[in-house]
Amino acid sequence: MSERIDVHVVAKVSRLARLDLTPEEIELTTEQLAKMLDHFADIDALSLDQVEPMTQPYPLVNVLREDREQPCLDRDEVLAAAPDVEDNRFRVPPIIGLED
Amino acid sequence: MSNADDATTAAQIAAQVRAGQVTASEVLERHLAVIAAREPEIHAFNLVTVDEARAQAAAVDAKVAAGQDPGELAGVPVAIKDNMCTHGVPTTCSSRMLEGWRPPYNATVVTKMAAAGAVMIGKTNLDEFAMGSSTENSAFGPTRNPHNTSRVPGGSSGGSAAAVAAGFAPISLGSDTGGSIRQPAALCGVVGVKPTYGVVSRLGLVAFASSLDQIGPFSLDVADAALVMDVIAGHDPGDSTSIPRQHPSLTAAITQGVEGLRIGRITDLPGGADEEVETRLEEAFSALAAAGAKIVDVQIPALTYGLTAYYLIAPAEASSNLARYDGVRYGMRVPAADTNSMYMATRHEGFGPEVKRRIMLGTYALSAGYFDAYYGKALKVRRLIAEDFDRAYQKVDVMLTPTTPSVAFELGSKTDDPLAMYLCDTYTIPSNLAGHPAMSVPFGTGADDLPVGVQIMAATLGEPVMFRVAAALEAAAVARTRQGVK
Repeated sequence: MSERIDVHVVAKVSRLARLDLTPEEIELTTEQLAKMLDHFADIDALSLDQVEPMTQPYPLVNVLREDREQPCLDRDEVLAAAPDVEDNRFRVPPIIGLED
Repeated sequence: MSNADDATTAAQIAAQVRAGQVTASEVLERHLAVIAAREPEIHAFNLVTVDEARAQAAAVDAKVAAGQDPGELAGVPVAIKDNMCTHGVPTTCSSRMLEGWRPPYNATVVTKMAAAGAVMIGKTNLDEFAMGSSTENSAFGPTRNPHNTSRVPGGSSGGSAAAVAAGFAPISLGSDTGGSIRQPAALCGVVGVKPTYGVVSRLGLVAFASSLDQIGPFSLDVADAALVMDVIAGHDPGDSTSIPRQHPSLTAAITQGVEGLRIGRITDLPGGADEEVETRLEEAFSALAAAGAKIVDVQIPALTYGLTAYYLIAPAEASSNLARYDGVRYGMRVPAADTNSMYMATRHEGFGPEVKRRIMLGTYALSAGYFDAYYGKALKVRRLIAEDFDRAYQKVDVMLTPTTPSVAFELGSKTDDPLAMYLCDTYTIPSNLAGHPAMSVPFGTGADDLPVGVQIMAATLGEPVMFRVAAALEAAAVARTRQGVK
């Protein structure tokens, strides 16, 4: 299928997934993913060039409703569940300028 | 032993409540007493909603007193898997990430069950975000099998299966992405149904793998499963994958018998099931033949690749769905100096090991350089499996397999080997990939006198014929028990 997965690839994937894994977790994940990918190599033998990918089981397309106003979730109730709120908006720490 | 053997079914309870022979409040208190006695050793629930349930039961009783009909599930206690949104009632997905979160709306199934007069008795434990086959991945501790508390109840809907098996509620709802209803149903000796993809609305079901997830019932018998299906099935404009169609009554279907039906035996089914499980399956075929059905051999060559396709597709979809847990709008936040550090720290802290593993696997399968080799290929294998099924269903009405390779296993016996845990799903995964309905019906016992389940699979929207076969298998299983056959 492809070259064996290693700690560098796993570290990169953890950054893509926004998961702050410890070095020990990176090692363990590498080992476990490698074992799974070995098992998953069973599909390498299949000839799939002529096969269409199947992304969903029931082919519904363009499921749209009429463009009419409808009641929506209660704003105060939604905001009450947020970790931090200011002026009816979700509050987050600085987005730019502090990353490495 | 299970407490469910002498329990009353949902159909019986609803009939008594509607007729004014018993009140919903009495029914509720009886079940709360069973919970008080046995929940400490089982841990089926993340939360028992005592106050809400008492209010709901009182409302049902008020309707009866006023001469109104509270509905076809009048006063029936129902346990809800804790990944379905309940307005104002904590919904955790058994994850630290959502601990304490109160959804601002109800899942459509929750609304429908309440409208039919059912009384929600609690939110049940699961493998975190429904990822697992033993309910050991819960952040709040494992659920135990009511038949033997050193064994797992299966998963991920282990709490919902155990709740029914222990007599905490006659019915419950679970979700099934790769077997998460059928596998625990088999291990706990109850009925479990995964409907056709699109039959039951998923609005308010916390998403795991969106092209695979379906909601379905657990019950003590096939008639109750049909009753619940008749309540929760149906088109929902709030779920864009919901099939716009009026579904036929399954309660009506189960009386029709199996005379002349063609039952498929998959001759190239991947092996690995315990001998006693294989024996029960053979006996199930014999029972259906004796009831007038015809057994037909079929082949599904691509079935053997189901596990690989599933464990690439489901984690890929999960890695995308779970990106929403970032500490911004709901759930946990670990404070940090900037947003990216906050995402990283929150997700590290909030997710357990299996969820992280699947996010990693899925992100890897979708990442540049590996997409074609893994995710892209898995989607093509999925097509092969669906096409093989289509060919087989030209020859048969349903197919029978074991639901699980073994009876309930010991707690802790598979937790160190994720791949061994994944193999529990071998027989249940293919129906999710194809979007087909499938259900597990208890059929005798295996090793250590633990329950064995037989799986009935049908083609898209084949629920009526699937339920007919289920009713026949159940009748045969009850006769076996009466005769003292294992």
